[in-house]
Amino acid sequence: MSTSTEQKPTTFIGGAANYLDERLSLGGVLKNFGRKVFPDHWSFMLGEVAMYSFVVLLISGTFLTFFYQPSMAAVHYEGSYAPLKGAEMSIAYASSLDISFDIRGGLLMRQVHHWAALLFVAAAGLHMLRVFFTGAFRKPRELNWLVGFFLFLAAMGGGFTGYSLPDDLLSGNGLRIIDGMLKAIPFIGPSISSGLFGGEFPGDEVVARLYSLHIMIIPALIIVLLAVHLMMVIIHKHTHYSGPGKSDENVVGFPLMPVYVAKAGGFFFLVFGVLMAISATFTINPIWNYGPYDPSPVSAGTQPDWYIGWLDGALRLAPSNLDVYVLGIVLPMGVLLPLVISLLFLAIVAVYPFVEKWVTGDDREHHVLDRPRNAPTRTGLGAAGVMFYAVLWAGASTDLIATNFQMSLNHVLTSMQILLIIGPVIAYWVTKRACLALQRKDREIALHGRETGRVVRLPHGEYIEVHEPVDKYELWKLVDFKDYQPTLARPNAQGKITLSSKIRAALSSFYFEDRIAPVSKAEYELAHADHSPAPAVEKPKRAPKALAGKK
Amino acid sequence: MSEIEKTYPAGLATNIQKPISDPGIEPHRVRMTDKSEKAARGAEQQIAVMFGISIVGAFIAIWGFVAFPINSLADTRNGALWMGIGMALSLLGIGFGAVHWAKTLMPDHEVSEARHQARTPDEARAQAIAIIKTADAESGFTRRKLIRRSLYGALAVFPIPALVIFGDLGPQVGDTLKHTIWKKGVRLVRDSHEGGTPIKASEVTLGSVFHVVPENLKDIEDHGEKLNQKAKAAVLLVRVEPSELKEDPAKASWSYDGIVAYSKICTHVGCPVALYEQHTHHLLCPCHQSTFDLADHCKVIFGPAARPLPQLAIEVDAEGYLVAQGDFTEPVGPSFWDIRQS
Repeated sequence: MSTSTEQKPTTFIGGAANYLDERLSLGGVLKNFGRKVFPDHWSFMLGEVAMYSFVVLLISGTFLTFFYQPSMAAVHYEGSYAPLKGAEMSIAYASSLDISFDIRGGLLMRQVHHWAALLFVAAAGLHMLRVFFTGAFRKPRELNWLVGFFLFLAAMGGGFTGYSLPDDLLSGNGLRIIDGMLKAIPFIGPSISSGLFGGEFPGDEVVARLYSLHIMIIPALIIVLLAVHLMMVIIHKHTHYSGPGKSDENVVGFPLMPVYVAKAGGFFFLVFGVLMAISATFTINPIWNYGPYDPSPVSAGTQPDWYIGWLDGALRLAPSNLDVYVLGIVLPMGVLLPLVISLLFLAIVAVYPFVEKWVTGDDREHHVLDRPRNAPTRTGLGAAGVMFYAVLWAGASTDLIATNFQMSLNHVLTSMQILLIIGPVIAYWVTKRACLALQRKDREIALHGRETGRVVRLPHGEYIEVHEPVDKYELWKLVDFKDYQPTLARPNAQGKITLSSKIRAALSSFYFEDRIAPVSKAEYELAHADHSPAPAVEKPKRAPKALAGKK
Repeated sequence: MSEIEKTYPAGLATNIQKPISDPGIEPHRVRMTDKSEKAARGAEQQIAVMFGISIVGAFIAIWGFVAFPINSLADTRNGALWMGIGMALSLLGIGFGAVHWAKTLMPDHEVSEARHQARTPDEARAQAIAIIKTADAESGFTRRKLIRRSLYGALAVFPIPALVIFGDLGPQVGDTLKHTIWKKGVRLVRDSHEGGTPIKASEVTLGSVFHVVPENLKDIEDHGEKLNQKAKAAVLLVRVEPSELKEDPAKASWSYDGIVAYSKICTHVGCPVALYEQHTHHLLCPCHQSTFDLADHCKVIFGPAARPLPQLAIEVDAEGYLVAQGDFTEPVGPSFWDIRQS
């Protein structure tokens, strides 16, 4: 017997909702997620851009799979692009040309796919930088940083495998470089190369193999990682920037329904629309200009897609004649050194959250983001990393820099080599100093208010500039941040000072030695004691915790 | 003190008393559309116009598909352009409309929601541990060592066939990297799609560059195999003023009257070293700018390469055509670990 609370749906939508809810408990899902709060900030859109670009990649890529044929068997081109008529080429290249010239919408979809790939990796990279510079990787989000890190690698892998599929001259030379790098790996290198190419380079297997990686394994990996990434966002709830009413105990923003459904849903259409507009009007990767792959010719000024640039740059910046001979074995250090340095760089990126946590020993959960200036050492290290990456990246264009700016290629390259080493140091120092200076400015404003530019002469003849105290909301933004101080190496329970304790002490002073502490209550009161009446500081009626709405 | 600070140690964090306590969420700023019904109606109309543009855009895209059947390159270009513009309008119309709707007409009061620590509350944790202990006791996983250890063994071994099964991804490397199809007496022919013509020594004028492949390359039927062989056998042929050529006496007979042939495959990572600078005799690889001095045994003078480009010994046959004296005496292309072992 049902009670009187049962509702009878009267409309079609009501009926459909009832049907689904009786089978899938959708009501409960909606109840839990429908009004979930998301904070609002432009920088939170970067990850969204990446995700939406990936959706665009899936859509446009599916279109392409209907026409593309991943075969390296030879054919004579008979399509409508006259300059290549009759040329011997692989079916992969011929079908890519057909997509471009003989299938309506094919060229557009190829360009959407390529632009979306470029944007995907770019947005993911910027999102990573945002997470890094705001400290969003701190507990409890360290594992999600790792998931994001692997997503970024998967994005690069997806890009590279796709880039090689048209089997044109440019991408073929890219594969040639991969082949050369694989062969450099001691002992197993030539076998790995043989395994990838199905024998000697270029063989007639690699395109089909890259294809299954590109359309199945890597996308599946990205989808799984993305699901885990988003699940963790739901578990942790999104971070928010420090500000009035925002704490580690709450999340302040707008509800999912209706605001974020409209904003984020609409944003997908904006990302897709912008990609579509770019793809309709700007050519990308004109494979018909490059011709089919042939191991003998090459075009000058070749560039990889932007996200592979830093690896290509690393290869270029290696010094000459680095082969090392040990017991009759050759170690091609000219290739291995860039490889090792690149992997090391990635490893540092991956483990950074764990290192910082070890140094600070801070085991609390952090949900309020740092303003980059309030973590000067981290921001400096991030800038150093960006500089290192940027020099490697620019290194991939040494030849174009030299020709466009009429400089000697040798000088450009040598400058890059020097810059690779000193650039990060300079970037670290400048950034850290800039952060400290901004923190001092914040202190000044918090203590003495804003300069109004109004100069007043007092009755006894003294001139002063009137400072206007900032309001309580602005003040809170300036003083609400976490602060750490360096520690000393301390003996452990056995009374021994361990090496790790010494390293931690050294790192802690590296991080926090020249810190600028936030304004304290005592300082604030002192600063306002000798001035005209201090701004009214409201006594909070409730503790901040009570701000949190109902569960 | 917050809940989180009660639960977890703060490490090196300082505890500075803030000058004021958290003033709470900033008051909401009233928008035009909040206070004026007219403004709200205006926004409503703007949103509807954007959605309308989206519909028009979709029709433009359909027209773009129908109006430009493939006849010429111009059709391809125009079709892509109009389909793209149409779809862009149709997508952007929806996007701008939805965002404008959210920004002007949906409430913009910030609301606060409590967070919960990731850590499971103690009671639930205790229950979870109890479940694991029960499962362990019921299965005897800890108690029955024999089962547990043999299971570990089985789990460690069972993936191995899954790796072994990929053994035929590629053949054994063997000495394939160390040999090319150059043989004694094989003519040097021009590298061209039409099947190259042989080259007479007299045709190689001073400073000119020939991109060369072995004549027997065209006898290979299989396209893939042909590319494999070409990827190793490609050669650059240049005539240099004999007086400018530094020659190792042991290799003096490898050139012919100032004509030298070197592997075109970069010893760095294998790009074709295709750029020749005539007055310096430098060969430059366009991929990573390794530079080789052609006049001095193609030694590396700049860039990341480490080995000189291997030289192909050449001579002239009875008809005056350039031929190889044999295969390269060392492997061509990128270095690998046992390159020195024959």
